[in-house]
Amino acid sequence: MSSGLALISIFVLAVFVGFEVVSKVSSTLHTPLMSGANAIHGVILVGAIIVASHSENSLQLTLSLLAIVLATINMVGGFVVTDRMLEMFKPKKRPSDSDKSGEVK
Amino acid sequence: MSRDLYDLIGLVAAACFILALKGLSHPKTARRGNLIGAAGATIATLVVFFYGDQLPLKNLPLILGAIVLGLVIGVPAARKVQLTQMPQLVALFNGVGGGAAALVAIVEYLKLGEEAAEKGGAIGAAILIATIFTVVVGTTSFTGSIVTFLKLQELMTTRPVIFPGGRFVIAGNLVAILLCSGWVYAAADTTSVLVLMGLSALFGILFVLPVGGADVPIVISLLNAFTGLTVAASGYVLEATLLIVAGTLVGASGTILTRLMAEAMGRSLFGTLFGAFTATATAAGATDTRPVKSGSAEDVAILLNYARRVVIVPGFGLAVAQAQHTVRELADLLTAKGIDVAYGIHPVAGRMPGHMNVLLAEANVPYDQLVEMDEINPTFPQTDVSIVIGANDVVNPAAKTTPGCPIYGMPILDVQQSGNIIFLKRSMRPGFAGIENELLYDPKTTLLFGDAKASLTKVVGALKSL
Repeated sequence: MSSGLALISIFVLAVFVGFEVVSKVSSTLHTPLMSGANAIHGVILVGAIIVASHSENSLQLTLSLLAIVLATINMVGGFVVTDRMLEMFKPKKRPSDSDKSGEVK
Repeated sequence: MSRDLYDLIGLVAAACFILALKGLSHPKTARRGNLIGAAGATIATLVVFFYGDQLPLKNLPLILGAIVLGLVIGVPAARKVQLTQMPQLVALFNGVGGGAAALVAIVEYLKLGEEAAEKGGAIGAAILIATIFTVVVGTTSFTGSIVTFLKLQELMTTRPVIFPGGRFVIAGNLVAILLCSGWVYAAADTTSVLVLMGLSALFGILFVLPVGGADVPIVISLLNAFTGLTVAASGYVLEATLLIVAGTLVGASGTILTRLMAEAMGRSLFGTLFGAFTATATAAGATDTRPVKSGSAEDVAILLNYARRVVIVPGFGLAVAQAQHTVRELADLLTAKGIDVAYGIHPVAGRMPGHMNVLLAEANVPYDQLVEMDEINPTFPQTDVSIVIGANDVVNPAAKTTPGCPIYGMPILDVQQSGNIIFLKRSMRPGFAGIENELLYDPKTTLLFGDAKASLTKVVGALKSL
């Protein structure tokens, strides 16, 4: 199998995995899912580092360094903000009725 | 490090991403899922520094410097942002990701072009097509996300921006992109690709401008899918399987979310994106002078005190006022009085999919009290009081009764079927979509004007003293 075809096979299989994995997401989690997926595509940082290390002239280097900055913002910011959201979704019991009911006549 | 080891580690990172998305689908596993994803991304990034033709990598100090700069910008932004501003931050992060992918493709393309010129060969057709795709879609995603950010941050109008002949300008822009893609394909030089980038940047702007505020959640998830696909395409150009897998996963999840959003709005994706061009400017701004019934916090408290079932319908106004904690206080108080309380969550309430769930989770509202639209709607006839807090379009019956209005066909929360309706509003101004709400004039409706948090605090106070 040629390498181009191998890459396309990976792409097609990943489409199926992607749809399968996310298909039954509850609407409660739409925001974190989007934000988390957003962070995952920040992995373009890997590509940005590769092209930066191969840059031959200043135009290429400037563009690829800019790509690294943007990709880092995307990746790290994305994971941090998603974690902040999910922190609030931690399993919890009913709101503590006890501390409120005392005040009610 | 051998190529095999490098690829193997890439495979591990790809598996992490799959597990991350899988985890993010369920509330219990979501946080762990996100951390697994972060771990995968960290491994993938670190391993690049140990694999290459020459080590240490060329330009290493500059690369590290750029990463540090990215960290310095990204981490504080993510840490400090308020939950109400989450949607625009996500839009912005998405945009910079798309921009990064476009830049990576351009640099790789320039390098391949030089190599081809030296050796007298040509760049492969598939590589060229993938590059063109990445540049067009990545740049579109970048500028489109910036415009979305400006709209959400209200640095520009949230209404659809429609100008005469807009449809033809967009069509012309698309044709120009196609022609220019042909030029890039044939010429394979620097000028052509930079022109293509400029045209795509313009397209991103033109494409998001006419999208009305209520449709912004759809656009965010669509642009997210776009960026994912561009990352996958740059993975093809760079022959990096990890990028292909990660980008495709994101593309798939973005597509699913976009479809879910569009369904929740009761319209086709095409209609959302291009609806604004055909919609005639509806009677926005037509001031209505009909009387409305406005009440005091005490009136509202009395109404609530004698209810058996209360449904709270939150909207973006709740987020703006940071009233989520006060709402919970009110709900706790009502629950303690033996009143049945539920939250009716419209899928597109707020500014991004599931926005309300995040806000209420912050206020420690248990997620089993958050009831989705399809489940809560049949219960409205048995509901004594519905409290609509800073929401408008998602309860507007015009979506059912007025063909031709911008939200026509969108499923709504049927609060009009409940015994009483209380609207907490800042003013009579219509919602994000800019449509008059008939429900405000309904005899069953009581309006409580003012900042949602201040109003709720007063209601809580009044309820306690009853």
